[in-house]
This record gives sequence, C-alpha cells and structure tokens, in this order.
Amino acid sequence: MIPAAFEYVKASSVAQVIALLNQHGEDAKVIAGGHSLLPAMKLRLSQPAVLIDIAAVSELKGIKTNGGTLTIGAGETYHAIATSNTVKNACPVIAACTGQIGDIQVRNAGTIGGALAHADPAADLTAVFLALGGTVTVQNAGGTRTIAADDMFVSMLMTALDSGELITAVNVPVLSKGQGASYAKLKHPASRYAIVGVAAVVTVSNGVVSACRVAVTGAGPQAVRQPSVEKALIGTSGDAAAIKAACASAGADMEYLGDIHASEEYRRAMVKVYAARALTDAIAAARA
Amino acid sequence: MAKITVTVNGSTHTSTVEDRTLLVNFLREQLNLTGTHVGCDTSQCGACVVLVDGKSVKSCTTLAARCDGASVTTIEGLSTDGSMHPLQEGFWECHGLQCGFCTPGMIMAATDLLTQNPNPTDEEIRHGLEGNLCRCTGYHNIVRSVQYAAAKMRGEVVSSQNA
Repeated sequence: MIPAAFEYVKASSVAQVIALLNQHGEDAKVIAGGHSLLPAMKLRLSQPAVLIDIAAVSELKGIKTNGGTLTIGAGETYHAIATSNTVKNACPVIAACTGQIGDIQVRNAGTIGGALAHADPAADLTAVFLALGGTVTVQNAGGTRTIAADDMFVSMLMTALDSGELITAVNVPVLSKGQGASYAKLKHPASRYAIVGVAAVVTVSNGVVSACRVAVTGAGPQAVRQPSVEKALIGTSGDAAAIKAACASAGADMEYLGDIHASEEYRRAMVKVYAARALTDAIAAARA
Repeated sequence: MAKITVTVNGSTHTSTVEDRTLLVNFLREQLNLTGTHVGCDTSQCGACVVLVDGKSVKSCTTLAARCDGASVTTIEGLSTDGSMHPLQEGFWECHGLQCGFCTPGMIMAATDLLTQNPNPTDEEIRHGLEGNLCRCTGYHNIVRSVQYAAAKMRGEVVSSQNA
C-alpha cells in the first residue's frame, strides 16, 4: 500500500515547522517516527497535503536533568530513551516503558513527542506520563507554553495541542528516595500495543503511602487516571491487602473499548489485575 | 518529486522519487533489490527490515525521501566476495528457514542485534527478533542460527551441532 500523494518537507528547525504548520493549517501533518501516521495514510484514514518531517531537527534532541526535572527532547527515540543512563537514573519507569514499546525497529523510529501528540488509545507512554504528572513544552507562533499531563488527553486521538503547535520537550519529575514507579502491561502478542497498561507512581513516607497516581491506557479511548484507587491507597501501609482493597475500584469509572483482541469485559477485569501489579512493583521500589 | 542520493550496499544512487515512495518500493522497484520483502505492509512482520545508517528499520514504513543522504544495507549487501556472511551461513547450517520469506528481514534484524550485543543469550535473541514474524514455526532454529553466527563472529570454532 502507498499513501495518497503529498508534498514532503524535511524540516531543519522548530521555527520552520511552526511556519509551515501556520502556512498550511489543517492540510499539514508533522511526521516523526511515522509508525502510526504512515499506516493511517496507507489506509487513507489520513491524507495530509503536506508532510513535515521533524526527524532531522536537532533542537528536538537531548536528554538532561535540571534540579528535580528530567527533560527529554520530543524527537528522542524510544530506543535512545530506553538505553539512556540519565533516564535510567532519574526516572527508571520511562526507560522501562520505552524499552517495551513495539519492537526494536519501532523503537529506533518512534519518538516520545510523537507518542504523546498522537495519543493512540493503546500507547504506553501516555499512561506513564499521566501517572508521573509530567508536562510537555509546546511551541507555537506566539511563543511557548506548557501543557500538564492531566490536561493533555482529551478524547480518542485528541490532545490539548492546537493545530499550529509542536511539542518540543517532555518534562517529568526526577524520582527521589521514597518514590517508586512501575508500568505493567498486557501486551498484544504481535504489535505489543497495550491491551491494558497501568502506570503507578507512589511515595512512601514513614511506612505510609503519602502520594499516589495511577493511570490506565489500552482499555479505553484515551489514557485516564484512577482517582478512586489513588484515594483508597493514600494513608495505608501499601501492603498486599491495601493494594487489593484499593484495586477493587480500578477501572470502575471509565469508558472502555472492546475489539477482536479483547472484549470490554476482559479489559475491565484486566485493569484490576494490572493495577495491582503496577502498584505492588511501585511500592516495592519506593521502599527500596 | 524528491531528488535523493542514497548509498545502498556501498554504491551511491541518485534518483528522483515521488514524495510518497516508501523505502521498500524504492529498493525493490527502482534498484531491483528484491531481497527485501513486503509482508504485512503494516510494520508488524519485519520481512522488510533493512539497516539505515546501521540501525534496523522497517522499510515499508519509512519514506525514501527521508533517507536522502543515508547509507542503507540490504540482504544483498551482506556477503563479501561471494562468501556468505556468518548469519547467512548460520541460517544455512542450522536450518533457520523453511519457506524463506521472513529470512532477509530476520537476518538484517539479527545483524543489528549482534552489532549491539555480540554475545546474546537465547532470550535476548528472541527479544531482539520480536519485530520479525516467521509463519513456518521456525523460531527455534532461527535462534540457533543467530547463536551460530554470533559464535563465528566472535572467532570461535562452530558447527551446526553446538550452536
């Protein structure tokens, strides 16, 4: 299959990308790794007139920590992130998550900015980003702004990004002592997309869970937090009984999608299972 | 139309391609390098894997225009002076293929894997070849084939019996 015809532009700067997005409006699409966009274009689900390739934009590269924040350039590939010692030390759940996306060819191509901008219902990073409470740095014609993870994922494949905007960097907290995070997923055996994926970030202070964020991907139209689980776990010891009790409400109040790979009921059941696994690992890491 | 200059298996080619041309179609239809296969065409099966600047990519989901200035290696570029690459020899010796359709992609993905990890465990080989599907149920012998090649590339004496 071959996509419908388009004009290809290899961009060399963020300013050029913004100018092209403003010039062409809805007719333009940004391509990073392309492993979501090109298959959609082959099926004519997406038919941009202009394709702006950002893979060679050096401003979108770079991984660094600054105080309590880990900043990853939007154009960094999953493979670069998964193998980065900076990421492994600052926020190991990001390295662990990106290391299990797709396969090595997907990880050589796909980027963190692309994953969050596309917001596939079964993407892995959306849940981890949401559980970490990160932000994205966004460039538009007027300057830059940040979007908080809690505001990012609006509905299926829809984010808070406006047309004419580009994610330039992803910021997540550096995890400190007493904090632990984990991402547990039931993967599709061929594509390795999340049938259900749950990310958990937990803080344990003096033996008590003092903060907790849990987010689910794969099961519904977009990644969502699980406030009832978070609330139930905070103030407990975080032991197996507390996790089991908190996860009884996991996935209770969210929309679901069912397909040939897994029914809605199955996903509903698996959200509870994988929430418990993610929380168990995150709490163990927080105590380590 | 995009004018691209790509080095493929050591030879430089300057071509004019439609902007929407996929790398696999450029290789197969313009350069007649038909060793790279189109399988699922949805970036899942890995039959189309080639190396772009040393990294394995799925050429059915890569635009040829993006590869302007890049160096591409396909299955046709592995053997030197008529002698098989250790991976090709490994697949031959260890019966790593039945129908052979997935083999070029398997070998190119394994080339990337052994570059990054010259001494992989069986589990690491299986993980490294996750993006390549074989429908002849041949994974067991594919792992042995890659072990054979890894040992040979480390300079060890190998046979199909001990791989």
